[in-house]
Amino acid sequence: MIAPQLWLLVTFPTVTAAMAMEQRCHGAGLPGRLIPVPRSITAGCGMAWRCDPALRQRLEEVLQGMTYEGIYELEF
Amino acid sequence: MIYLDNAATTLRKPRQVVEAVVDAMETMGNSGRGVHAESLSASRVIYDARCRLAQFFGCDAPERVVFTCNATEALNMVIAGLFAPEDHVIATDCDHNSVLRPLYRRGNADFLPADGKGVLAYEELPRLLRPHTKAIVCTHASNLTGNLTDVALLSDFARKHGLLLVLDASQTAGTMPVDMEKLGVDVLCFTGHKGLMGPQGTGGLCLAPGVEIRPFKVGGTGVKTYDKEQPREYPTRLEAGTLNGHGIAGLRAAVQFLEETGLDTIANHERDLTRQFYEAVSRIPGVTVYGDFSTWNRAAIVSLNVRDYDSAQVAEVLAERHDIAVRAGGHCAPRMHRALGTWEQGAVRFSFGWFNTMADVDAAVRALQEVAE
Repeated sequence: MIAPQLWLLVTFPTVTAAMAMEQRCHGAGLPGRLIPVPRSITAGCGMAWRCDPALRQRLEEVLQGMTYEGIYELEF
Repeated sequence: MIYLDNAATTLRKPRQVVEAVVDAMETMGNSGRGVHAESLSASRVIYDARCRLAQFFGCDAPERVVFTCNATEALNMVIAGLFAPEDHVIATDCDHNSVLRPLYRRGNADFLPADGKGVLAYEELPRLLRPHTKAIVCTHASNLTGNLTDVALLSDFARKHGLLLVLDASQTAGTMPVDMEKLGVDVLCFTGHKGLMGPQGTGGLCLAPGVEIRPFKVGGTGVKTYDKEQPREYPTRLEAGTLNGHGIAGLRAAVQFLEETGLDTIANHERDLTRQFYEAVSRIPGVTVYGDFSTWNRAAIVSLNVRDYDSAQVAEVLAERHDIAVRAGGHCAPRMHRALGTWEQGAVRFSFGWFNTMADVDAAVRALQEVAE
């Protein structure tokens, strides 16, 4: 059984953009991981950065100047 | 065996390149297909390779480094995807068939002529300009003579007339600094297996800000699966299909090796070898050397003929009797052979690389002396 949990998710237009994001987050000591993008966001594949919603402010600072598509909070 | 065909491909690679390819083949999944550890491992290596190449070539952003399987594919992508039908293009007599054939197929191109030493007649550029001229496409160094193109001059001309400058760095990348921002280059095309000393099947193009290229191929990207059109974002726009992740891992290690060794160190070594060879063979009676050797700011290439011998025969004698590997024939450079007057005879090309030694040069000189006697 999978118990849904509330997550903060960032989606990307390319794998390259996701890699840049991962590198930036690791550099900033911001915990999280790349996951397959939930199909409730888009059914069209890709990857998303998943982290604790409590980190939203720090995450948005890290996202400054980066390429991404959207930020979502959803149970997943 | 003495290998002097580095302009075709570098035979010896740094040990870490081989190890990186083997490691990649044992550990890497498919980048962007799935988000498990193995797929991410591939994506991270490929992203790091993009970052390193962007810095190496003075490209402003890693996402504007696009991987291809060689320079020919990169040049085809650019020539097929950069221009409108009415656009006119200027290329040169120094160019390789990887530039010439895509332009011949497309049409609407003129070529800057070269003289008997393979030096371009830059003063004729204004004559080639048309109302719809969009770009200059040219090689950084002739793969036949080793003459370096005056990119600064072409860049100035391009800026003055609102043209784009597309540079084929097949013979220079990895053997001398090639910085697209400093050189004023809008699109840089490179291959991974020559001076960069990476694996065959690697290469790419770097795009300056604002340069847009229509996709030459479309297909699987691992993102936006249900869209009918190829994603517009770089590099995915131009990278349909599985990348050569194993090869790119090797290319990444190669760039690391070049950074650690230093391009100036490599350039000086290759220049010393080339100079020693040129000065010795140009004194052998019956040997004709082609190209402009008034400057040593050039690629590590010396092409020549012996008497009126068929260049293929000379190469065969060098291989069979002396175990020396060189390249004979036309070198995919028909316009340069016409300029040099070697259309029929071809030429024998000696090209030097990082792993060659002065002993290799001396052996090649002795072999040529014997052939010429």
